[in-house]
Amino acid sequence: MFFRFALASLLCAFLALFFSCPVRSQESPYIVAYDHYLEEPGNLEVEYFSTFGTQRAGNDFHAYWLEFEYGVKAWWTTEFYLEGQTTFQDSTIFTGFRWENRIRPLKREHFINPILYFEYENKNGADKILKEGEGHDVEADFLTPNAEARKEHIHEIELKLIVSSTLKGWNFTENTLAAKNLSNSPWEFGYALGASRPLALKASPQPCTLCRQNFAAGVEMYGGLGDRHHFGLHDTSHYAAPVLAWNLPSGWTLRLSPGFGLNDNSHRFLLRWGVSREFSGFGEMVSRWFGGRR
Amino acid sequence: MTRYLGAFALTVALLRACPALAQNQDPRIAKKNASVYAELANAPGKARSKRNPLDNDSNAVAAGRNLFAQRCAECHGYAATGGKKGPSLRVEEVQNAEPGAIFWILTNGVVRRGMPVWSKLPEPQRWQLVSFIKSLGVAPASAENTAPNP
Repeated sequence: MFFRFALASLLCAFLALFFSCPVRSQESPYIVAYDHYLEEPGNLEVEYFSTFGTQRAGNDFHAYWLEFEYGVKAWWTTEFYLEGQTTFQDSTIFTGFRWENRIRPLKREHFINPILYFEYENKNGADKILKEGEGHDVEADFLTPNAEARKEHIHEIELKLIVSSTLKGWNFTENTLAAKNLSNSPWEFGYALGASRPLALKASPQPCTLCRQNFAAGVEMYGGLGDRHHFGLHDTSHYAAPVLAWNLPSGWTLRLSPGFGLNDNSHRFLLRWGVSREFSGFGEMVSRWFGGRR
Repeated sequence: MTRYLGAFALTVALLRACPALAQNQDPRIAKKNASVYAELANAPGKARSKRNPLDNDSNAVAAGRNLFAQRCAECHGYAATGGKKGPSLRVEEVQNAEPGAIFWILTNGVVRRGMPVWSKLPEPQRWQLVSFIKSLGVAPASAENTAPNP
């Protein structure tokens, strides 16, 4: 009974959020890469993403995750993820959660802007969201049936150095990744690169939904770089993906990204899409519940 | 049934909370606002001396008004007279500042004081915002936080 109450409360809370305080967001089109822009302080962004992937010699899959991204400070954003997947002709399972933090060490904008990223992952071996490329992850790893793959528990920390620049409307970003499975596995490495630009740099004098300024397009590329013992491109997978975002005046953002595997170790095709919405005043609201003042 | 009423009450509380947040004035933020205004003086001379390239663009103020409503009003209030999270922009410190200094603040934010970096807006959009902010003028002391005329 308590579970039903909690579920009803959660549903109502989400309904309240969705119909109360939406904020117009200006989201980048990236799905895998990060740029140096953090969540506005006190705002909560709720995001849903899907990845459909093809699988040679196996069943295609649809993996998905829900993100709650909160701006703790103008220099600190924290995110909580819940993730799952459906492997066709197999099963649908919950695959785990992640908690990530991004910190901006410099207080002003520079030509190159670093962001420090720290993430803890608690997931099982059936995770297929492909949120990053790391180590020697290859397509064949996904052939294991869910019932067997889910038995493997993975506790992992992931560190990233994000360096990002914005120049004449273009954003260029480079993410270097180091991940460590806490069960005595070697450090694994990966990368993500991205470039994007809004379709128009000037804003229209009239409010509009379909005008070019609301769209941003670009491309991202990501993959693994092996591990501490075998660093390099041998037995790694790599992807290139055009990305497109549509920031609606209503506060919603839609993203679409078809991705293409660049070698035989990669899935041939990944189709990713996502929808997100940002809400203002979440921090103050929670603070008030507990009698605090900001 | 009681539990569902509880959930409903929570929903109503949430719906009431958000509009209230935007309206409240907290005198404690005056000190914080002063430190934000002080950042204008930290703009380097080169940034300060930049001229607004959209000075002669008749659409700049209207476009800036839309941008302000979408990105800035949440913190600074719809009339730019200040909100719970951001200071008034209709004070002498801002209105007498060089356009380049305001553009510099938009670009760099005042990250340690809660103002995010807005360089994710392309340069022309930041200048459109500067045009709009400078068009507002200093607010009379009794100005209410109402939406500016479209």
